[in-house]
Order: sequence, then structure tokens, then C-alpha cells
Amino acid sequence: MRLLEYQGKELFAKAGIPVPPGRVAHSVDEAVAIMRANPAPSVVKAQVLIGGRGKAGGIKFCSDADDVVAPARAILGMDIKGEIARSVLIEQRMDIKKELYLSITVDRASKKPVIIASAMGGMDIEEVASREPSAIAKRPIDTAAGYWPFVGRRIGREAGIPIEALAQFAAILGKLYALFFEVGAMLLEINPLAITGDGKLVASDAKVDLDDNALFKHPEFTQWKTDAESDALKARAIKAGLGENNYVALDGDVGIIGNGAGLVMGTLDAVKSAGGEAANFLDIGGGAKAEIMREAVNIVTSNPNVKALFINIFGGITRGDEVARGLITALDGGKWSKDKLVIRLTGTNEREARDILESNGIVAVDTMNEGAKRAVALAKT
Amino acid sequence: MSIYLDSKSVVIVQGITGREGLYHASRMREYGTKVAGGVTPGKGGQTVDKFPVFDTVSEAKQQTGADVSIIFVPPPFAADAILEAADAGIALVACITEGIPVHDMLKAVASLPPGARLIGPNCPGLVSPGEALVGIMPGHVFSRGDVGVVSRSGTLTYEIVDLLTRAGIGQSTCVGIGGDPIIGTVFVDCLRAFEKDPATAAVVLVGEIGGTDEEDAASLLTRGEFSKPVVAFIGGRSAPEGKRMGHAGAIVSGSSGTAQAKVAAFERAGVKVADSPAHIPDLISKVLRPAPHP
Repeated sequence: MRLLEYQGKELFAKAGIPVPPGRVAHSVDEAVAIMRANPAPSVVKAQVLIGGRGKAGGIKFCSDADDVVAPARAILGMDIKGEIARSVLIEQRMDIKKELYLSITVDRASKKPVIIASAMGGMDIEEVASREPSAIAKRPIDTAAGYWPFVGRRIGREAGIPIEALAQFAAILGKLYALFFEVGAMLLEINPLAITGDGKLVASDAKVDLDDNALFKHPEFTQWKTDAESDALKARAIKAGLGENNYVALDGDVGIIGNGAGLVMGTLDAVKSAGGEAANFLDIGGGAKAEIMREAVNIVTSNPNVKALFINIFGGITRGDEVARGLITALDGGKWSKDKLVIRLTGTNEREARDILESNGIVAVDTMNEGAKRAVALAKT
Repeated sequence: MSIYLDSKSVVIVQGITGREGLYHASRMREYGTKVAGGVTPGKGGQTVDKFPVFDTVSEAKQQTGADVSIIFVPPPFAADAILEAADAGIALVACITEGIPVHDMLKAVASLPPGARLIGPNCPGLVSPGEALVGIMPGHVFSRGDVGVVSRSGTLTYEIVDLLTRAGIGQSTCVGIGGDPIIGTVFVDCLRAFEKDPATAAVVLVGEIGGTDEEDAASLLTRGEFSKPVVAFIGGRSAPEGKRMGHAGAIVSGSSGTAQAKVAAFERAGVKVADSPAHIPDLISKVLRPAPHP
């Protein structure tokens, strides 16, 4: 679960990491009230998960309560690359002298948490990595040894952090490391970590990605879930019991349902090779029951862009008859016609599944590629 | 011959009294795997479907001589189950459980003793066709032969193995390494094992977007540390940047983890990369002489 900037900064502040004074507003009135209570030169920032909001006009400035009305009105409800800004963070403007970069993430290769730091903050770290790889310092941390301040000083030196900021840098990194474990994070990123005119380090932005699998340990974060989630169909998928990343909206017109992330990705690729574009990614997971399948069909076909539906199931832990039953119930609901459906179903309980389908006038195709071709053709008619 | 698992392997099932644990214990036994029993804390002494149940892995190992464990324990308790198996001296631990907190896995992987090999988590398990199946894979799609298969995916693996079998190409061992960001066994480990296995003549490697495991495998080949032919397939070529496709590990961020980068790395290493799973059998036939065990 990715957090909005203001939510991330709330976590940072609790962990003792300095953040600029600021408050979140969900309406123009709230924005005015915040500025009235605290009339100071401020920045109004769109709260969205997608990057590049500054270039899209999602960051504006103001100096008092009258002055905040126009930027708040402009940003609230703004569509930034398909994501709607539902709130703004109003923060005191800082005098920024230099911008650094600091993050901790889970590193697959070393199977450890890895610290990444650079004196070149304020831009995408991937861009720094390709333009000037030597400006980035990286160090996996042995979880048993944990974090010690020397690690921060050393990585700070390697990253070219100014000497006078090194002690603060190491202290902030220590707090970030503790927070990483406390909340079960996949990524904690401060970019930029600003050095102010008076030499203080302040987290000017916050990017936090929490491990969905660990949310059961942190019921306090569920309050943020709906706020961060703006995609209605995705929200329905989550409500149906599917994981955070099992439904992903895409731009095409062929609706996709499959079991297993790899197979669904392969199905998307097959649709593309057949000359079509997938409307979504939907993985019903392993061992899905009929109810999940029914809801999956309802979710995918609620997308008005969907012209054809392609279901691709290779049963292992998933039983074909459950899938077939769920599909038939969804079709009986009446919103989707079996003429705009292609199903490929094989593996566990395939015989029973085919019987159920055939008694409802549906014939399953034999291979994924054949199914993809048919679905693409259907979407074009 | 095969890697990691063979007809002598003796298997216990952690979480055998659960719905999935018992269902798959029976299916593995039907396949011919030596399933000696299972473990559920607090239910020791019971028998389920003729499988003896033990309270601890240590007792199960002592009484059955098991050297392999398969885990169907719910996510909050799975890392504990992995370490319990390793602590008891189980050499091969396959963890099927999906949804284990990543931080639990960071700690578990760091604490594994050197003698223990973990497959997964969030994986379909592994099978050495005709010898033993440890996992949730549908046994009927596999056939015995000399092609090793290693994959980050579950269902896509069944798809590919089914295509191989229909084309008359059998498999030595198929390993589903799992789709999570932190897993016990990666492509490079499996390639090293296949290199030493005389029964494996070629390998099909099924990767996907995210991480750098595929690139690491490609550099093993470039360094000349793997001598057998490899055919690769990379899932997720149509995935947009920044969207995570189901698997926690499958995300493209910036320039890293893209299918294009992985395909390019394999091609530089001289690996044939299939455009679609359907092309894999053809590519394998070309690199392989007619299979010795059809």
C-alpha cells in the first residue's frame, strides 16, 4: 500500500524525522482555515501517488488565507495523469540550500534491506543512476547487526553529503531504519532531503510503500486505505477479497481474468501479440472459489471500455469446476453475453468444468494463443 | 536423475490438517511421492487420511526420516514454520504459502542454516517427473526427460510444461522459485544445480518483470559458468511502468526490471528468448538432440 505524502510525513514526524510544518486539506474551506490559523508563505501540494505532479501543475504557492483559494480550487479535483487529487498538503515554504536523496528498500538480490543515498537529490534516482552512477552510494544492511551510526557516516561520505550535515544525516537514517522495520515497509524514500539555509536537514517529500502482506500487523493504517485508493474497480476487487495488486486497470478493450500472476501477465502478452490491447490485469489467485470468479467477471465487465472478455485458467490449486460455476452465475446475472466471451480452461477438474460450460452453451478453446486471437477478433467486431 | 528432489526423498507436510495441506498431501501421495506424514502443533498423535500427525518437525523427522518439508501454514506463521523445518535439519523446505510479510522473510532468509535450501515462498513447489512431486502442480502435465525448467511463476509454468510434454519433450526437474521479492532459491542457484546434473541436457528459464534475477542468471552464462543450452521466456512485456502485476516482485520501476532489459541481457549471453510460450518447444528442440527418454 502506497501512502500519500502527508500520510508518509505523519509517520516520519512520529519517528522523529524532521518535516516542514504542514496540514492536509480536503476542501477549499479547510485550506482557508489552515492559512488563517497560520498565515505564512506556503506551498500547496496535490496529494497523489503518481510522480511528476509539479510539471502537471499540482504544486502552487500562496502567502495568506485569501491567496490560497485559487491554488486550492485549481488543484482539488485535478486529474494528474489519470489520478484525481482529492486533498492538498499546505506546508510552510522552506529556504532550501541543497537537495539530497535518501531511501531504504528491500533488495531482492542481496535479500537484505538496502540503503541508497546521494548528494544529487530532487530528481528521479533512476535518472541519477543512469546519468551519474558514481553519485549514488548503496549498502545492504545485515538485519542481525542492524543499523549503527558509523554506517550512516560512511554511506554519507560515499554519497558526497556535506561534512557539516553528516551527523544529522546519520541520525535521520537511524530513525528511518527503525521506522522501516516498525511499519513493515517495502520502500521509505526522502527525495529531496533538504538542507535549509540555517543548515538543518528536513524531509521535503515522503514516499512510503508498505507491505500489503504485513498490514494485518498494523490495523491503524487501514484508515488510509480508501483515501489513497482512487480506482473504484480496484477497490471492488479488494473488497471481494483479492489482493492489493490483483486488479490493475489498463488502457485496452480486452478484459482479462486468469489465475496466477505469471499466467495473467503471459495472457496480456499473448493478447498484445495477437494485435489487441488488454483492458486490465486480474489475477483471481490460487484456489479461488466460485464467488470470487463471479465477482471477477462483474468487475471486469463493469469497465465500459471492455468489448470482449478472455478468461484463461490453468488449474493447479484452482479447481476448474469452481471457475465454471462462478462464471455461469455471473452470466446468469445478465449483464454480459456469452457471445463476447472466450474461455480457455485446463488442469484440475477440467472435465467437470467443461461439462458445466457445455451445458450452458459455452465451448472452451484449447490454447492460450488461440483464445487470445479469438478475443482480440471479438473486441474488433 | 534430477535436482533437489528424487524418488528417495521423504516428505512431511507442515499444516497437514488444513484444507489445502491435506488435499495436496493426498495428491502428492497419488503421484508417487513418499509422503510420510505431517506437522500441526497441538494435533500430534492424530491421523488424517492415513497420514500420522506430529506436534513438531523435529519429532516428525526423527520418526519418519524425512528430508523434505512442504509448508501450507497461514502467512502470519509461515516464516516460523520455515525456520522450524531448517532447525530440525530438513534439507529441502518448499514453502507454498502466499502473502508472508516481506520483513518476516528478510529475517527468516538471514537466519537459515547453511545446509538448508528454501524454495519459495509463494511458489508452486517442484517436481522431478516420475520420481516425486512436492507442491501444488498438476502432476499429469509433466513427463520424464532431460529438460530442466525453472520459473518465477506457477500457472505459467504448468502452461509451458504442458506445451513441452505435448511436443514430446520431457523434464528432469521443474522448480517454481516463487513470485515474492524475497525468496530462498533464485535462478542462479537452480542453474548451478542443473549444471551438475547429468540428466539435464538443457534448461527452460521462465522469468518475469521486476528485480534483476534474470540479469544475474544471464551474467552467470556470460561468465561461462553454465555450459548447457538455455531457452528463456519473460512474462510481462506489455506491463506499463509503475504498475505492480500481481506478484509483489513484478513491477517495472524506471529503467530497471523491464522485460526489454531482461530479454537483451539473455540475448547478449547467447540465450534464445521465446516471444510466446508456444514457441518454447520449437526452440528447445533446436538446441537439443531428440530426447533420450521420450
